[in-house]
Amino acid sequence: MTEKFDAIVVGAGQAGNAAAYTMAKAGLKVLQIERGEYPGSKNVQGAILYADALEKIIPDFRDDAPLERHLIEQRVWILDDESYVGTTYRSNDFNKPPYNRYTIIRAQFDKWYSKKVQEAGALVICETTVTDLHMDGERVVGVKTDRTGGSVYADVVILADGVNSLLARKAGFHEELKPKDVALAVKEIHFLPESTIESRFNVSGNAGVVIEMAGKITQGMIGTGFLYTNKESLTIGVGCLLSDFKKQGIAPYALLEQMKAHPAIKPLIEGGEMKEYTAHLIPEGGYHAMPPLCGEGWMIAGDAGMFVNGVHREGSNLAMTTGQLAAETVIELKNENKPCTAKHLARYRAKLDASFVMKDLKKYKRLPEIFEKNHQFFTTYPELMNRAAHAMIAVDGVDKKSKERAIRRSFLNARSWKGLMGDAFKLWRAFE
Amino acid sequence: MIRIEEKLFQNRYRVDAGRPHINIADPSVCAVHCQEKSCTFCCPAGCYTQEGDGRVTLITDGCLECGTCRIICSEHRNVQWEYPRGGYGILFKFG
Repeated sequence: MTEKFDAIVVGAGQAGNAAAYTMAKAGLKVLQIERGEYPGSKNVQGAILYADALEKIIPDFRDDAPLERHLIEQRVWILDDESYVGTTYRSNDFNKPPYNRYTIIRAQFDKWYSKKVQEAGALVICETTVTDLHMDGERVVGVKTDRTGGSVYADVVILADGVNSLLARKAGFHEELKPKDVALAVKEIHFLPESTIESRFNVSGNAGVVIEMAGKITQGMIGTGFLYTNKESLTIGVGCLLSDFKKQGIAPYALLEQMKAHPAIKPLIEGGEMKEYTAHLIPEGGYHAMPPLCGEGWMIAGDAGMFVNGVHREGSNLAMTTGQLAAETVIELKNENKPCTAKHLARYRAKLDASFVMKDLKKYKRLPEIFEKNHQFFTTYPELMNRAAHAMIAVDGVDKKSKERAIRRSFLNARSWKGLMGDAFKLWRAFE
Repeated sequence: MIRIEEKLFQNRYRVDAGRPHINIADPSVCAVHCQEKSCTFCCPAGCYTQEGDGRVTLITDGCLECGTCRIICSEHRNVQWEYPRGGYGILFKFG
């Protein structure tokens, strides 16, 4: 292949598909390379699809995309060993189209997305691993693949190769990821009859529920768990910072097993048939851990660029939006007859800064460090909250004022006034 | 005791026999210099095993291609990590 493309996109995940689709739709000559057997076969997510980000790329996606359930209820649980305290938000407004969030199964969804990319005119090649970037001095001019004679050339390469971002690191664009900047999540999918899921979660039709969890299930590590309803299956998973896994010495699958055995979780998944076990890294380092995002002939989109908002469990939408913005940058430069130099690709950075992507990442820039240094938010407080709830709810002949005094004392013993005030301040700083 | 093999048994793989995509660069570093051996408990597929004599052995057949082992080996940088050849390795049915 000595053919030259306007753009090469590495990877067929949410970022790569958004980029390839957008450029192909605009008439550019696009090559997309995916190492999996089919698009989606290497991709892992919870998974929740945020309609807004996809709507801006494929407005009529609801017509034929494989969607599982639209979400009408979100539960947040703070767990102790035997209990949880939580909040629930459920609204029938979420039960009226156009729906806002859906659960999806990535292998199916990505296959559909890739079909759209090909219909838009991009050339998609699967079962091909990009091994290196092809450089001409400082400039990226193409990619090398593991196919014989596998060099291909383009004016620009969009690196949407996922969290490990091997290509940019091999090229020296950024350093190795640090264990404190990534979370390792493990997940299982359990199949159950549709009617069982609907009665267990109090939904009907295509409506669904998400449960986000924190507390004792991560055994003192910084992380969260989740349980999502699909049409005929549930996905259940837990993720913690890699630096914590390393310190704690607990196997990730053992953590998942213990979570599944929690008395509040076990009945929800009871009887399900487990059909796949997956693991994936999530880039959680936030704004301060972001690599350079563009240079001579290259841009980075999606997980490879650390585009994840950990607090709000958003990542796939950032991937789509960053892929789209990278594509729009290339389209503009083509229309203006300008080369894809670092100077001109800097527009991508400007577009990111002007979008919700960078605004949100900047807003929470202090949070990863604050959480990393203050494990009490994931250990002490969940325990105190659960005990307080138990004390107030149990009817045992003790008057309420005495109970309140005991609860106050338990918080003070655990954290002291200074500690409590400090924690409140830290939380405010983290979310400011 | 959870048997990781039972979980991995549900997954679909196309193993590139004889061509592991991950290698331990210098086995003596694991055996002699690494005290933690965090790869042996952090790997979500249990690919790394600590042997009685302190060596670490690696079998990549069940690898989920997450990248954990490479990143946690931060002190010794002793893991050579590549993606499998195109089409090989884990093939997620659901993801």
